[in-house]
Parts: sequence; structure tokens; C-alpha cells
Amino acid sequence: MNYTLDFTPVIEGLPSLLTACLGTFTLAICGMLLATVIGIGGVVLRQSKIAPLRWLVIVFVELIRNTPFLVQIFFIYFALPLTGIRLDPTPTAIIALGINGGAYAIEIIRGGVQSISKGQMEAGLALGLHKGQVFRLIILKPALRAIFPSLTSQFVLLTLTTSIASAISAYELTSVSQRIESDSFRSFEVYFTVTIFYLVISWLMMRLFALFSARYFAYPVK
Amino acid sequence: MGRDEFLFLLIGLKWTVALSAIGFVCGCLAGLVIALLRTSGMRPIERATAGYIALFQGTPLLMQLFVVYYGLALIGIKMDAWAAVAVGLTLHASAYLGEIWRGGIEAVPRGQTEASKALALSYSSRMKDVLLPQALRISLPATIGFLVQLIKGTSLASIVGFTELTRAGNIISNQIFQPLTVFGIVGMLYFIMCCPLTIYGAYLERKFAASAR
Repeated sequence: MNYTLDFTPVIEGLPSLLTACLGTFTLAICGMLLATVIGIGGVVLRQSKIAPLRWLVIVFVELIRNTPFLVQIFFIYFALPLTGIRLDPTPTAIIALGINGGAYAIEIIRGGVQSISKGQMEAGLALGLHKGQVFRLIILKPALRAIFPSLTSQFVLLTLTTSIASAISAYELTSVSQRIESDSFRSFEVYFTVTIFYLVISWLMMRLFALFSARYFAYPVK
Repeated sequence: MGRDEFLFLLIGLKWTVALSAIGFVCGCLAGLVIALLRTSGMRPIERATAGYIALFQGTPLLMQLFVVYYGLALIGIKMDAWAAVAVGLTLHASAYLGEIWRGGIEAVPRGQTEASKALALSYSSRMKDVLLPQALRISLPATIGFLVQLIKGTSLASIVGFTELTRAGNIISNQIFQPLTVFGIVGMLYFIMCCPLTIYGAYLERKFAASAR
């Protein structure tokens, strides 16, 4: 067993690996934005007075949470063209990430909304705010603040999930590293380095969320 | 999709179940060790296990599987793809379960530790008879939640090249050109495995929340 580690292909591929990190960030950030929209929209529908709408959200959440992302992304990748939408792998991956993250976001945000006491909502209405304002300022913002830590860890998980988008060859870190690996056969060296890149990326994401939280949720609680 | 194709998927399903079971059982054993080390009270050991957990929680499972798969070959251990994946899943599970159970151990009221020390119980008896039964009970919903994650995670073995359910789906879909039917069925098979667990986990969580009130 005489194997000497050789990091030359990794060093040579460093520029393309670093730009691929931007691809991973793009997937992650766009996926999160879509997931947040789906999350908030889903919660609104989940509270709706129309029962079939509520059921629809429940079925959506359970279907997504109980199947692997890899199967979901394959399904979406093959399903979109049938509906007449032709997209590149990268936008397809963003849609898949948004749908997957959105299902988890619905459950998390719903927990936050339920923790807001009814009196708070009634007080808002009594003060003459209209329904939209009450939802945005009095329910959603405190709810998001209450569940922000869970949302953070869910979104860091979403960032790590972007690596699975390599299965449909979206442009991100894992697919680029697979290309370098198949050119150089230095599998361990490449994947070891990329693993450390991911560690840094998830750490950066956590910092980003901490900053966001300090900026938007720093008002006093009572 | 004919009967033969469906049977092929079921063979894949069998491997998915086997991988999940091996990963979970071995992960539980290793995770218990991690949780105990993480709460051992010895600073350097606690730091090291915290680092181990952060490493696995901060990197994608896919990368972990790649590194283990190629790393094992590198240090001269010849292994089948499925065994390498099982090792990868075990390490992954040990970090997550270790963290979940650390939370459980720390959630047991401090007085319990003090009382068992006052009764001169040995460390093993204090853990085995007093703390762990309560800690495991507290963390049961989260443990089941992680089991669901693990079952879904085995799908990544397909990228490493092992024919479990998802890869079986890939193969069939390339043969009969009906990706939506095939991946729809594959998805439903995963759903049938995971959904009862999710429901059971949610039920336990509600039950514990009610009894804590």
C-alpha cells in the first residue's frame, strides 16, 4: 500500500472550485428565498377557512418531508418539461430546493404563528390596523423571530442539500469537484478539500443568519 | 411498467431497508459513545466530540460518503460499495444521534445527577439506571425524526454507485422511458416507509408535551 497524497490537481482546480462555491451560494440563497415564500404562503393557506386548501397543504408537506430530495429533484427534472417548461438544470435545482425547503419552512413557521397569542391579534385589529397589517406586523414578524433558530438550522441543511443538485448536473461545488475528480482520479484529495469548503460555507451561512437576526429582530421583547 | 420492473424496485427497496437498519443500529451504538463522551465533563474530550459533531453537521452527507468511500480504499481497506456506504451512514448517524442524546442527557434535571452521586452510585450505574432511561425517553421523538432523515439519506448511496431503491429507479427509468411513473412509485415506496415513523414521532412529541404540562 504505497499511496502518496497528491493535491496538485486540487490546487490547479482551485479557481474553478472557488467560483463553483458562488454557484452553491446562488442555489442556496435562491432556494431559501423560494422556500420562505412557499413557507409563508403555505402557512396562510394552512390557516384558511376552506378545508380542501388546508388538506392540500398538509398533503404537500407530508409528501415532501417523507421522500428523499434526490427522488424529488429527479421527479421535478423530468416533470417540468412535460408541463411545457424547459429549464436548465440550475433553475430546476433552485425550484426543487425551494419546494423541499418550503415544506419544512411551512411546519416551522406554523409553529411560530401558533405561539402568537390571540389577544395580540385582537389588539391589533382594535387599534384599527387592517388584516394585512396585523398579519405582517403583529403575527408574522414575532413568529419569525420566535422560530428563527430552527429556520436557520433548516436553511443551513438546505445549503448542504445543494450538493445533491449535482445529480442533475446543476452548476455548484459538488458537480465541479466531480469533474476535477474524473479528470485527475485524485478522488480522496478532491473530496476532502471540498468537504472543508462546505464546512466553511455552512459556517458563513450561520454567521449570515446571526447578522440578519441582529439587524431585523433586535427590538425588545417586552 | 411491468411486474419484472416492479420486482426490481422491490429488490432495491430491500437494500434501502438493510442500509437504513445497519446505519441506524451501528449509529445508535456509536452515537451513545459520542453522547457519553460529549457529556463526560472532561474538557478536551468534550471539545473533540463537539468538533466531531460539528464536522458532520456542517458538511453534506454526499461528501461524507465520498470521503469515506475513497478514504477507506486509500488506507488499504478493500470494501464493497454497500459496506463503505454503511460505514459512512454509521459515522453520520453517530454524530447526529450523539448530539440529540447529549441534549436529552442535559435535559434531565441536575438534581438527578446530584441525588445519584449522593447515593454513591457508580458512573455506570448513574448513567444506566438513572440518566439514560430518562434522557432517551426525552429524545425519542427527535431520534425517530432522525431515522426518517437517515432512510432518505440512503438514497445518496445511488450516487456512489450502489443499487438501492433510487438507483434501481434510475435504471428502470432509463429502460422504459417513463421517469415520472418510476420516480412516482419510488417516491411512494419511501413515503410508505417514512410516513408511519413521522406520524409516530409526532404522536410521541404531543404525548410528552402533554405529560410535561
